[in-house]
Amino acid sequence: MIILYAGLVLGGLGLIFGLVLSFADKKFHVDVDERVEKVRACLGGANCGACGFAGCDAFAQAVVDGKAKPNGCAPAGASGAEKIASIMGVDAGNSEKMVARVLCQGIRGIAKERYVYDGYKSCMTAAGIAGGPKDCRFACIGLGDCMDHCAFNAISMKDGIAHIDENLCTGCGQCAQVCPRSVIKLLPASQKVRVQCRNSDTARLAREVCAKACIGCGRCRKECQYGAITIENGYARIDPDKCQGCGACAAVCPCHCISAPDTVAEAS
Amino acid sequence: MKVTFRGGVHPGHKSKKPTQALAVREYVSDTVKIIMNMNIGAPAVPCVKKGDQVKIGQVIGEAQGFMSVPVHASVSGTVLSVDNIPYLSENPVGCVTIQNDFQDDWVELEPLGDVEHVDPSKIVPAIQKAGICGMGGACFPTHVKLTLKPDQKCDTIIVNGAECETHLTADHRLMLENGKRIVDGLRAVMRALDVKNGVIAIEDNKKDAIQAMKQACFGRQGVRVQPLMTKYPQGGEKQLIQAVTGRQVPSGGLPIQVHVVVLNVGTCAAIADAVIDGKPLVSRITTVTGAVRTPSNLRLRIGTLVEDIIGECGGFSEDPGKVIFGGAMTGLPLPNTDVPIAKSTNGIVVFNKHDAVSVEEGPCIRCGKCVSVCPIGLNPFQIKAATDVDLLDRAKDLHVMDCILCGSCSFVCPSRRWLTASFKNAKQKITLQAKKEAAQRAAANQGGEQK
Repeated sequence: MIILYAGLVLGGLGLIFGLVLSFADKKFHVDVDERVEKVRACLGGANCGACGFAGCDAFAQAVVDGKAKPNGCAPAGASGAEKIASIMGVDAGNSEKMVARVLCQGIRGIAKERYVYDGYKSCMTAAGIAGGPKDCRFACIGLGDCMDHCAFNAISMKDGIAHIDENLCTGCGQCAQVCPRSVIKLLPASQKVRVQCRNSDTARLAREVCAKACIGCGRCRKECQYGAITIENGYARIDPDKCQGCGACAAVCPCHCISAPDTVAEAS
Repeated sequence: MKVTFRGGVHPGHKSKKPTQALAVREYVSDTVKIIMNMNIGAPAVPCVKKGDQVKIGQVIGEAQGFMSVPVHASVSGTVLSVDNIPYLSENPVGCVTIQNDFQDDWVELEPLGDVEHVDPSKIVPAIQKAGICGMGGACFPTHVKLTLKPDQKCDTIIVNGAECETHLTADHRLMLENGKRIVDGLRAVMRALDVKNGVIAIEDNKKDAIQAMKQACFGRQGVRVQPLMTKYPQGGEKQLIQAVTGRQVPSGGLPIQVHVVVLNVGTCAAIADAVIDGKPLVSRITTVTGAVRTPSNLRLRIGTLVEDIIGECGGFSEDPGKVIFGGAMTGLPLPNTDVPIAKSTNGIVVFNKHDAVSVEEGPCIRCGKCVSVCPIGLNPFQIKAATDVDLLDRAKDLHVMDCILCGSCSFVCPSRRWLTASFKNAKQKITLQAKKEAAQRAAANQGGEQK
């Protein structure tokens, strides 16, 4: 008999709470746009912040609210942008894959070092001490501020400069943001030919501090059939829209500071 | 009665011995390289060209705006070059190189005369004209400190003779040898700001300096000498104000908010030179010590090369590991010895190879020593935990921006953790971030207006 009472009391309580909960569920229901979840699934998921929002969730919400564009997530890339666009029913927009590139070849032995830095391991602190351990004031300092900020493990330090693995790089641009020397730039992944130096000092000064510095001699400009190269501020720049990727400039560069596309090497 | 602040450490005061008893001697080199941005704020712009003849005290760099002071030639002779040289800052700085002709010709000076009778409104402009900026190390333009906004008032001027840094004795010697000048400078500032209370604060390990300054103050109304407990960083502006007046400068605030102006003893002497004789700031006393043959206190012309100074002190006595501008606790290492001294260089300390080695950091053992020595009252070990994983917001919440980078926490840490270095890094990053955000906001605002 006691067991029956106990069962009835507990069962009754369960029934009452169940009814209250189901009522509350209906009464206080919040409409969640299911597209937010779908968009969220297409994103990189590293919360890198490159989109400018607090994280992937915030970005997904912003896309659904129309505050962000479908191609705003660099790690998701073009395919991700297309998926998001199809979810949202809009055009994906142009989202050419960008990758971060280190525009410096000043490895040990190539770029002169003026002092041995053994202080706090941060490029920013080193840059503040007499302009950094390397003589060249445009060079990669190589203490890895960018590596610490890369959410995708794409950056490694070799021979005193940063190396970026293009396959792992998603183009989020966090490394370019933290670099105190602005030596990392976001460039289209398709652009294989690039000038890997940003030294805007005069040719003599540039040559003094690094064996692979661009001296702005202009031989690449003469060689280029497409008029893609200009010399500004003492170093060569390549217009990615005009460059056809032939690599003729790289072949004539006396300082070896233009990267050649692999295809050229094979063809020749 | 000795006064002090909470926290602090006692880094070897024995290290001061080599230069303490030696009188200051003058040294003038063949060439000087005078850099253009010695002061905090806008750098001066060179106004001489190669081949010009200059006299001592002639303006060679013109001040740019209010937050800037002019730069004067420190020797007479010929300008060899006007160019940019790499210096301690991130970017190259403007520099005028002058070949000394040893004629010691001065330009015509415009003295204002005795401090008691000078027009008070002329004092602060004379200080700017003389190119005076804080000579204790920060090189903040002095006239900016002394120009009060209408809502600011000042009731006490503290002259900082604490010299708490290890090794340095430049201010100590100045007080012993030229106490009268310091008091004259203080009186000039008191007259300019109409302040009745002047305090000369000196650590009690310099008993002779306290005595000398007491004598120099004798009969001067409103000026007194205040002995301080010997402790680092007693010479920090905020620590000094707390010790002398008991007032606390608010977080992120300036001394003037608690109605105090703090001036270094060297600055005071320079002010006296500027007001009484009309002489601009062209030389200063610098302590040279550490691994040099004859550690000395030298009166050097601004722009003397470290290389020449080391030579004057008999050269290195051991293999040099690091050469440091300023004291061993807060000084900046030099990239090489081809660097000129600036108005703020109060010391050159040479470390030998053994002392210069950086130590590996160990894990935090939660002993709390850093907390008990922090003169600001921060929790260094917590901030370090945040900066180690780059949580800048967390570090900011823990008031890393109030850190004065004195190095006390790193000094006492038994695990040799790089506390101060990481705080400096965090402060740099936070400042940069704030700048970027401000720029973005400005850009966004502009965009909005255009639309």
